[in-house]
Amino acid sequence: MPVRNGAPAIRLQVSGLECRRGERTLIRGLTFAVHPGQIVWLRGANGQGKTTLLRTLAGLTAPEAGEIHWADASSPPPFLYLAHANALKDDLTATESLRFLLRLSASTAAPAALDQALDEALDRFGLASRRHAPVRTLSQGQRRRVALARLAVRPTADTWLLDEPFDALDVGGVDTLNALLAAHAAVGGSVVLTSHVPLAIAAPVPFVVTLESIVAA
Amino acid sequence: MTRLFTALVARDLRLAGRRRSDALLPIAFFTVAVSLFPLGVGPEAQTLRLIAPGVVWVAALLAAMISVTQLYATDLADGSLEQMQLASPPGLALSLVTAKATAHWLVTGVPLVVAAPVFGLMFDMRGEAIATLVVTLLLGTPILSLLGGLGAALTLGLRGGAALLVLLIVPLCIPALIFGAGAVGAVDAGIGARGHLSLLGAFLIFTALLAPPATAAALRIATE
Repeated sequence: MPVRNGAPAIRLQVSGLECRRGERTLIRGLTFAVHPGQIVWLRGANGQGKTTLLRTLAGLTAPEAGEIHWADASSPPPFLYLAHANALKDDLTATESLRFLLRLSASTAAPAALDQALDEALDRFGLASRRHAPVRTLSQGQRRRVALARLAVRPTADTWLLDEPFDALDVGGVDTLNALLAAHAAVGGSVVLTSHVPLAIAAPVPFVVTLESIVAA
Repeated sequence: MTRLFTALVARDLRLAGRRRSDALLPIAFFTVAVSLFPLGVGPEAQTLRLIAPGVVWVAALLAAMISVTQLYATDLADGSLEQMQLASPPGLALSLVTAKATAHWLVTGVPLVVAAPVFGLMFDMRGEAIATLVVTLLLGTPILSLLGGLGAALTLGLRGGAALLVLLIVPLCIPALIFGAGAVGAVDAGIGARGHLSLLGAFLIFTALLAPPATAAALRIATE
């Protein structure tokens, strides 16, 4: 999608964020901004709060302190959140599962247009032949591809929040996703993602936010 | 709001269609439980007629409870619940929980209502009493789905949640049981069921107003 006229220079501003999970404070005093056309790579060891941070950005968990400010505060939320779980139903087909998720996230497109966009998205991730297979029969990597195919359905959200999107993907899948991320950034979209493998995206250069371990006060 | 509601009801009905054995379990349980009473109590028509409304109602309540335990569990496990909550900010979470309760009622409540006349005949009930029984179930089974949904949300992610759900929710269903079974008894006694049906209707409205916000809040806590 093209950058709209007068689009804000900052899409998402996080300031002084403090996140807790249970009794532990995982993140304290975190400040960063996400700009249009930027890919933000959240780094940190296991258990450092990457998923918690993404869930907090998505509004699923309330922050302990600090502010999350979206420049575009429209409802439904201007982002797409893909969690570690794929949110696919075992007994539905790949297409049905995706169609349900897309219907949830505000796409007002006509059903026929939506179905065509869905087919193209699944095709892009090499799942054209498996589109009517029950999710139960797909492999772990194929399920991940189905979940990620949501990113390829247009119109997509301005900001993507992706939790370990490269998990379980093979080389081809990683390439497809990298191309998708670069294309999204090229048209002014923003991405916040976690990954424990280095990102192989040439442009834009990912902006790294490292989560340090906090010594309990 | 209606978009989420229709999408979710349609999806849950489709899922029930794909997993027919799961969907048929409550009605099978209901059939077996109700059928046991004539065998256990004996074929005395007078006695059967007397206990019929209570038996049908208790079996319906238990059938609703056993089927509601998994209402949110699979959606939580596969991440769908998160996505639904994202699509429905706090104010709209009501459409999520009412959609789940509606789908549950369509899959378990409606078959019970439809099957009830057959069991009425088995217990030698009169036509008028059977009609009243159907009306009470029509008013009462949505109450069971709504309260069951609340229990499922409260016990989400807990070990032994199913047993806890029954302990938490069955006491709340007691008014429905009393007025539901009582209405049929009143018709048999010749005093009319109007009072009982009004109270049952009032309880349905009361539940429909209060259970969804409580369920939405419980879901929020369970997934945070």
